[in-house]
Amino acid sequence: MNSHVAIAKDQGLRFPAFPVDGLSGASFKPEHFEAISADDEFSGFLEIHAENYMGDGGAPHRFLSAMRERFPLSLHGVCMSIGGLGDLDKEHLARFADLVRRYEPALVSEHLAWSTHDDVFLNDLLPLPYTSETLSRVCAHIDQAQEAIGRRILLENPSTYLLFEESTYAETDFLEEIVDRTGCGLLLDVNNVFVSATNHGASAMDYLAEFPLEHVGEIHLAGHAEQDDGEGHLLLIDSHDGQVADAVWKLYEILIGQCGPIPTLVEWDNDVPDWHVLKSEAAAARAILDRNAQTFLLGRRHA
Amino acid sequence: MPETEYEQAFRTAIHDPGTATPAGLASAFGGTPDKRFDVYRNNVTVSLVEALANTFPAVSRIVGEQRFADLARLFMSAHPPKSPLLFRYGHEFPAFIETFEPAATMPYLADIARLERAWLDAYHAADIAPLSPEALSAIAPEKLPAARFTRHPAAALVRSQYAAVTIFNANRQGQSGQRINAAIAENGLVTRPDIDVALHDISMSNAAFMAALMNGDTLTRAAELGAAADETFDLSAAIGLMLTTGALASVDA
Repeated sequence: MNSHVAIAKDQGLRFPAFPVDGLSGASFKPEHFEAISADDEFSGFLEIHAENYMGDGGAPHRFLSAMRERFPLSLHGVCMSIGGLGDLDKEHLARFADLVRRYEPALVSEHLAWSTHDDVFLNDLLPLPYTSETLSRVCAHIDQAQEAIGRRILLENPSTYLLFEESTYAETDFLEEIVDRTGCGLLLDVNNVFVSATNHGASAMDYLAEFPLEHVGEIHLAGHAEQDDGEGHLLLIDSHDGQVADAVWKLYEILIGQCGPIPTLVEWDNDVPDWHVLKSEAAAARAILDRNAQTFLLGRRHA
Repeated sequence: MPETEYEQAFRTAIHDPGTATPAGLASAFGGTPDKRFDVYRNNVTVSLVEALANTFPAVSRIVGEQRFADLARLFMSAHPPKSPLLFRYGHEFPAFIETFEPAATMPYLADIARLERAWLDAYHAADIAPLSPEALSAIAPEKLPAARFTRHPAAALVRSQYAAVTIFNANRQGQSGQRINAAIAENGLVTRPDIDVALHDISMSNAAFMAALMNGDTLTRAAELGAAADETFDLSAAIGLMLTTGALASVDA
């Protein structure tokens, strides 16, 4: 198998160049490999967390190669620590670049967040203050990442649970500045918009009105959980463990009505159900995309 | 809080639940952001406990979910992950278990963890074809005694004083009710000739032989060590095992 792969790669024929325009998709989980392999109906795209495929070989790459033969792929990085104060991990960037070369993803994205401090990895998407200092550093990191992988990346807006007193930019302004300075695109996570707006007593619609929508290359939808903040306010958690909330679907439908079809991915990372449940969530997004596609010119590009 | 200090403050507060919420953080509603910050503490801790439980499911099953979480939290404080690749996390976990007092009644536990860590390393190891019988038979007979081998990237050997392989299998396969004599020494050879990880329970003499070959000793030296371990050592059977398990990648003579 390896020799065939090497030959195909040299000829630039490794995988089909599937477009993702107008498509919806779902997170790819290895436990769904057989169900998806046997599924003749699904015609969307699949998204993986890049870090899960940074091992040298074995089943993960075998599964992913088989999926990539049939579907467009979105490569979603979770741990690059673009929002971190320290330098990006060059080894990690090289591994990321290898995955981009190997699997030729249709979409490549990362987060406005940090997860590594010094050499310690804190396994979460941690928040940063929005200041001119952090802006410069984030932009330098994105320049470095885009240079390393030879591609434009889409940067995702975070779910946040608290605010930094020192922040001087609104998140939407911060993102817009990043796009202007680096040429990156944006991954608009509508669940994150709803979660953060709720957590900070703000309006999700106002946030979307301020968001640089013309740079959005992908949308995320996901489920969230509810807690309270100990002070009598609802605190939403970006848990990725259930169906997309009705309020998030509503925001999404308004957004697609305004912007036209944008590739949309339904994330589900915890308490992962059977494949048919993820597939039906992706189908619900696709129905909204298709309904709105008719009102837009064919082939219109959004990012 | 100065801009350069918030990361250190987050890290300290996430790792030590007794630490106050970092300064400079706020809730939009006023009031304390403590429970909001706890979301981050919780996300980090719970996800790392889960990552360790995914890597060491037999250990978790043996000690129970709650005690495993306690053990995992202690381990995380002493050995926080240094890489975002969590499937590589926990190589220090087996040795750490040996220092975990509540596990002292289960002296085999560390070796179960060693097998589980080796199993996941094998699962992610590079796709390399194991040494073939043809490659071995291509070596001139007079050169064979001095031949040295390269370990296959997926191969690992855990030589245990306990019935580590039997206990591993029983707990990975969810068996219960069977009686296991933990005091019977077993040697677990982990390999992955193609895509599936395999665990072989091999004899003392074969373990001595394979360990020597995997460490780069000559075939002659490995055979001597095998014979020294157990008088029933059978060199041709051991060479057969070396080929069928896929523990070696190449030969150099």
